Amino acid sequence: MSVKKSGAEVRLTGVGKRYGKVTAVKPLDLVIAPGSIVTLLGPSGCGKTTLLRMIAGLERVSDGRIMIGGRDVTDLSAGERNVSMVFQSYALFPHMSVRENVAFGLISEGMAKASAHAKADEALVTVGLKGLGDRLPSEMSGGQQQRVAVARALVLKPDVLLFDEPLSNLDARLRRSMREEIRDLQQRLGVTVVYVTHDQSEALAVSDVIVVMKAAEIAQAGTPRTLYEEPANVFVATFMGEANNVKGTIEAVKDGRASVRLDTALLSLPARDLTPGPVDVVIRPEAIRLHPAGTPNGLPATVATATYMGAHAEYNLETLVGRLFAIAPEADALRKPGDAVVLILAERGTMVVKP
Amino acid sequence: MLIWGCAFLGIAVLPWHMLEDAVSPARLFGLGAAEADTASALAQAMRFGRWWFWPVVAGLALSLPGFLPRVSRHRAVGFLGLGGGAGLAALVLQGWLIGIRGWNYPALEAAFGPLASGQFGLGMGGALAFAAFLIMITDALAFRGLFGGDRFVAGAVGVLAAAIVIFTIWPVATILSQAFQAPQGETLAAAFSQRFLSAKVWGLACLNSRAACGVAWNTLALATATATATTLLGLCFALIATRTGFPFKKGLRLLTVLPIITPPFVIGLGLILIFGRSGIVNQAVANVFGVELGRWIYGFNGVWLAQVFSFTPTAFLVLIGIVQGISPSMEEAAQTLRATPSRIFGAVTLPLMMPGLANAFLIVFVESLADFGNPIVLGGSFGVLSTEIFFAVVGAQVDFGRAATLALILLAFALAAFFIQRQVIGKRSYVSVTGKGDAGLSQTIPTWVRRTAFAVALPWAALTVTVYALALAGGFVKVWGRDWTPTLQHFTRAFAIDWGVNGIVWAGGAWSSLFTTIKLAAIAAPLTAGLGLLAAWLLSRQRFAGRTALEFALMLTFCVPGTVIGVAYILTYNIPPLEITGTALILVSCFVFRNMPVGVRSGMAAMSQLDKSLDEAAITLRASTFRTLRVVILPLLKPAIVTALVYSFVRAMTTVSAVIFLVSAQHEMATVFIINRVINGDYGLAIAYSTVLIVLMMGAIGLIQLVVGERKLGRRTAVAVDPQSAEGAKA
Repeated sequence: MSVKKSGAEVRLTGVGKRYGKVTAVKPLDLVIAPGSIVTLLGPSGCGKTTLLRMIAGLERVSDGRIMIGGRDVTDLSAGERNVSMVFQSYALFPHMSVRENVAFGLISEGMAKASAHAKADEALVTVGLKGLGDRLPSEMSGGQQQRVAVARALVLKPDVLLFDEPLSNLDARLRRSMREEIRDLQQRLGVTVVYVTHDQSEALAVSDVIVVMKAAEIAQAGTPRTLYEEPANVFVATFMGEANNVKGTIEAVKDGRASVRLDTALLSLPARDLTPGPVDVVIRPEAIRLHPAGTPNGLPATVATATYMGAHAEYNLETLVGRLFAIAPEADALRKPGDAVVLILAERGTMVVKP
Repeated sequence: MLIWGCAFLGIAVLPWHMLEDAVSPARLFGLGAAEADTASALAQAMRFGRWWFWPVVAGLALSLPGFLPRVSRHRAVGFLGLGGGAGLAALVLQGWLIGIRGWNYPALEAAFGPLASGQFGLGMGGALAFAAFLIMITDALAFRGLFGGDRFVAGAVGVLAAAIVIFTIWPVATILSQAFQAPQGETLAAAFSQRFLSAKVWGLACLNSRAACGVAWNTLALATATATATTLLGLCFALIATRTGFPFKKGLRLLTVLPIITPPFVIGLGLILIFGRSGIVNQAVANVFGVELGRWIYGFNGVWLAQVFSFTPTAFLVLIGIVQGISPSMEEAAQTLRATPSRIFGAVTLPLMMPGLANAFLIVFVESLADFGNPIVLGGSFGVLSTEIFFAVVGAQVDFGRAATLALILLAFALAAFFIQRQVIGKRSYVSVTGKGDAGLSQTIPTWVRRTAFAVALPWAALTVTVYALALAGGFVKVWGRDWTPTLQHFTRAFAIDWGVNGIVWAGGAWSSLFTTIKLAAIAAPLTAGLGLLAAWLLSRQRFAGRTALEFALMLTFCVPGTVIGVAYILTYNIPPLEITGTALILVSCFVFRNMPVGVRSGMAAMSQLDKSLDEAAITLRASTFRTLRVVILPLLKPAIVTALVYSFVRAMTTVSAVIFLVSAQHEMATVFIINRVINGDYGLAIAYSTVLIVLMMGAIGLIQLVVGERKLGRRTAVAVDPQSAEGAKA
């Protein structure tokens, strides 16, 4: 575990999966750079877990080829690929001690029991579980079990480490610290990680690259920042955080900037290669600023509900383009339902998206 | 290469046919045997002119390149598949077509001329060759990418499928063909109508006269009456056990174990000792009132009573699961909607239990159809299908055609009931427990329901205990009804031990059958459990072509009544190619394939509680399928293993129906020995022997539990799968 090794590239070419007539994953291409941590993000049923299991070798592909580290592994079984997986339920063998669990893969590979156990203890130190090797999994907390599962996967020095919603069984506080630990461990070991989750904040926190999936295909892939600030469509925009989605019109495009008409407001936003015509406008709640009625070049609105949230205030606002949800940082000057206001939309957090 | 070696050994070295006398190391070498019948296949083909072995040898030769290291994998697979397939086909064909007296079919004799000699059934060599060819084929299929490319899975499926075909489907098919075969000089239609439609089977004379009705109606009437009574009783017990503050619930549970460890006719015996002509009730009535009650217990009444005693626990076990499965929140919801306890029970609880009640009814219905022990002991002139089948084979008339016909009718009834039951279970969804923990307390039932339940169930429980107590007490008096002197003479007659010149002499009459029974049950139990759990694992964890077919075939073995299997086995296995009638082998295979479904059920129940990602984790950790099964799955299945072992052992010890056809002088079974004593009126010895069996089985259960041990899961103790609820429809 002490030797830093760099992970392998994972290259999917036209990989798809069908169960009879049902298509779980439409044929898709994806390249995962060595040593990076890539998240497959999407709502349940979007095919992200199936894709992960195909990389693991637990499902056979219906179409396409999978290459890991330049080697075609499409026809190899899970045990023959140099990948390890951390399961959602951890899948720790309940009748074996923690040490036996971690040593299991090494013994599978033919290592002698004594040295496998020694290696297992080393791995347990790496994940911060020194001296707990004799426990049974049931005698450990959820977070500890999670670490055992990671140690069990890492001890085989895999080219690629796969995580299937690893934090979904932990409480919110533990989830936050575990995802930092996973990120930290990945950085230290330089292993390639593919990580499945349906939690966008988890994805934003751990990933180099996020692959958003929807209805069996990739909706958009990119860095967390790209996805958040330049979503390719409304689905990605709304999935990557809270967002209002309203209809607008591009009236003109000049020098890469578009004039976008929203009711009475005329906004100037990056055109993102769109042409004049109807367009979807995505507005993050924190991009909406509430100004006194009469402020020029804004969107007139009426406060429908106002909620005091301590550090900030939340508003539902009625406008002529639809109801908008806004988060205002100044909780002190809470407005009342029925107040007339004008909304000014900040450029950062407001974007046009192909309808 | 190892597999090819096995095939070679089976074909070239070991004697191909089953040897008449004991096997000695010298005779194992069949290549140079002096007689054709003790020679290996290769030797028979070369030296004795039995040309029909050449195709088998050819299959062996053809498969050889598949095992050579220098042949490419793709071509090796071709050789494997072709050689294995050809060898297996040749082996099966020659065994099927050529019997003891040459060709089995006159048409073939006419076409090819008579053969110089016939052949006996397959022996060691044949069996080994068969297995090796089979594995070659499954390996070839696995290399081709079928069965997920897993050789172990492919092999396991192959072995299971072959075993089911040989030991279940083939015998059942034989019965079918036998039933539709006309005796010499009759047309098929005439023979068919005479057998199937005769008044002895379907007659309705009893409705308007004193004559007896047909056995088919008898059987159906008995099954319906028994199922109705047991379902109601079972419901009472289930309500008491789950919805009242009854303090002796553990005792109720205990009551349900009794019928499982007692041979099926013990209840019948107990009833005879109470209500028989010299039974205590009859004697008391005669002494006090001077009235002879006569023989009313023999016939429908007695069999019905005995079956209700025997099967109420089964219904109870099915229903207790159902009653517990009803989510308390439904009843709580009804309560908050202002329903009275009676309305809750009538409008919510009872309707939710309906599928369960139907299920219990049908399970008992099938059990009653298949029951042999009680009708044979108490039936008298009242015949049901299972006993009529027995008398058709064993009586003076030896008529296999009739036996096969009756067996077919019984099989049809059992299958029909079984499929209706599957339908009912399919609709059970709204009772099933959701994954979320349902909080809430079970509502107590309305007072009148509770009172009825207690009024019905408690006297019945007391009566059951009495019957068992008296049944067992009968072994300790000289002659029941006449001479009440306490004695142990029955035990000494059965189990006397003398000291002879050469040490212990097992002088008692029962020793031989007891030893045989224990030996065969002990051989069968691990085989049954192993095959059953393997099947459960394949069915619940693997996806492969033909999975549904395999599942269906297993289901079929569930519901074939024992007497049908018994007749089918003697019809199938008393001639080559598999000539095992009269051997211990036929008994063991009967035990294994009749009881395997129990292993499958408990295995599948246990497997469904094991997270599938455990298997997957092991696979991604580089473990082979076999290692995963051995190191991860099996240790976690310990409770299911115990269940399967206990059940197959106990049922092998207590079964009567199929075994009674298959025993021979050499291999007599305890239950058959007892039945024969009962038929001869020697109740004392029969009871003494039954008592010993019961004690023995309790010991065995304890022992198995001790050996297999507890599943180690830390603080949480493993919850064993309830053996009886896993049992379901035993036939």
